[in-house]
Amino acid sequence: MNFVIPSFAPAMPEIVLLVLTSLLLIADTIWSKRFQFATYYAAQVILIVTAVLIFMSFSSEEVITFNGSFIHDSFADVMKLFILLITFAVFLFSREYLLQKQFYKGEYFTLGLFSILGMFVMVSAYNLITMFIGLEIMSLSLYAMIAMRKDNQAALEAAMKYFILGALATGMMLYGFSMIYGATGSVQFDTISGVIASGKVDSTVLSFGLVFVVIGLAFKLGAAPFHMWVPDVYQGAPSSITLFLGTAPKIAAFAMMYRILVDALQGLSGEWQSLLIMLAVLSLIVGAVVAIVQDNLKRMLAYSGIGHVGFILLGVIAANPDGYSSAMFYTIVYAITGVAGFGMIVALAKIGNGFDKIADFKGMNARNPWLALMFLFVMFSMAGIPPFIGFYAKIVVLEEVINAGFVWLAVFAVIMSVISTYYYLMVVKAMYFDAPEDSSKVEPMSNQLNIVVSIVAISLLVLGLMPSSLIDLAYNSL
Amino acid sequence: MIALSDYLIFGAVLFTISMAGIFLNRKNIIILLMSIELLLLAVNTNFVAFSYYLNDVTGQIFVFFILTVAAAEAAIGLAIIVLVFRNRKSINVDDLDSLKG
Repeated sequence: MNFVIPSFAPAMPEIVLLVLTSLLLIADTIWSKRFQFATYYAAQVILIVTAVLIFMSFSSEEVITFNGSFIHDSFADVMKLFILLITFAVFLFSREYLLQKQFYKGEYFTLGLFSILGMFVMVSAYNLITMFIGLEIMSLSLYAMIAMRKDNQAALEAAMKYFILGALATGMMLYGFSMIYGATGSVQFDTISGVIASGKVDSTVLSFGLVFVVIGLAFKLGAAPFHMWVPDVYQGAPSSITLFLGTAPKIAAFAMMYRILVDALQGLSGEWQSLLIMLAVLSLIVGAVVAIVQDNLKRMLAYSGIGHVGFILLGVIAANPDGYSSAMFYTIVYAITGVAGFGMIVALAKIGNGFDKIADFKGMNARNPWLALMFLFVMFSMAGIPPFIGFYAKIVVLEEVINAGFVWLAVFAVIMSVISTYYYLMVVKAMYFDAPEDSSKVEPMSNQLNIVVSIVAISLLVLGLMPSSLIDLAYNSL
Repeated sequence: MIALSDYLIFGAVLFTISMAGIFLNRKNIIILLMSIELLLLAVNTNFVAFSYYLNDVTGQIFVFFILTVAAAEAAIGLAIIVLVFRNRKSINVDDLDSLKG
């Protein structure tokens, strides 16, 4: 058997990210005492270097390398760029938050970089082994990040719950992988889809495997009825990590769903469609109804995130390229909106007891009109009120669902979306029409965070006024 | 000759035991960790059995990766358990209930 050296060029961003992050991990132990923020600045530079590398290698051509285990295409590039962009913002928020809560450590940023490496591998995986490795690199780093606040009971409880349910989800998914491997005799995505298309396969074993894979994916995405970890983890984790958890991993999880269900199991689309419809309907209900009774803003946003996952699933249910593109667009929009929403909580974390109750936002307009306006943008965008970008995300997904012939599903999603508008507007009402409990001025932790929150929130409006560029990006890259 | 289905049934039994361990256990977090290891071993059994009967080595390679990752996962899990114990002086599953709603 000949050994051919694979082409390393398509995986250049991952390789550079891995090498630089490993060096940073060593450098951090040496220099963190002398230069307090060295690791933080180095981490941001690494993100920029990786982004530049991805930009330079951007191509719409599909390249598969490492014996068919790694794919480089425009979908992967776009997803990676958004993961980097979001992480850049997350690190900006994190530094101030960690200092404020007195657990600033360089490892936070190296762990963050390693989890991005895992997301990159997931986005570019082209066989089941690579997918599993990417998923674990991401998850293991995230477990450790949540547990970094060592003296906070809520954070540790969140870490424990996330760890147990995350490991359970991985186990379920692996059980499904083993069935798929047994039925098709390969772990390679293109071979699997080829074998399924040829029809020479035991469909019982395959469907059995598919169910487990879909359950695992639902766990990772946080879709109902496998969502029980989401609110607990979002509420318990330190806010800056909730900000990270609620945004970048969603993009990676969507990419994982796309690679497995579409690249590998497209031939079974009839079967996974009905599974996803169940998940989507339940997620929309949970996201709309349970969020109403929450008084903790992080918990409310967690439930609203479950509803948004329902919408992402709707796009995939359409089971055609346009549907996947609409789901991809929705995922990106949700991640950006999440940065603004959770970012606001992080930016105000020094006030009172964490500023994460809805009651804390009472009379926000009197205490800081500008931030109240910014948060209104976020809430309107999440609720899907025009002209914000969240509106176009919902429109595009609903259009594809109707085109695919699921009119009842679209009607149901709209009804649930209207119900969910209630709790978004409750926050707006608290900010503008309730009397403040404490009339002192509300200021974010630093001017820098004020600017970042404002930029992200205003971008929701700007993107909403001209959504075509982002929509085109999603439609052209798939 | 042991048939493929025997191995798969064995894997399914291990899988069920680990699921029961996770959902019925209300006592000790360590048992949750053991159940998760058992879950991964059930998967490994499946992979090795399929690999042997398909005459294809990929399944066994997959098992190596799962074993390695399981070790890393156990390390992080135990580290979190140590932190929980330091803070609460208990690793009862029932005590982890401050987050709900």
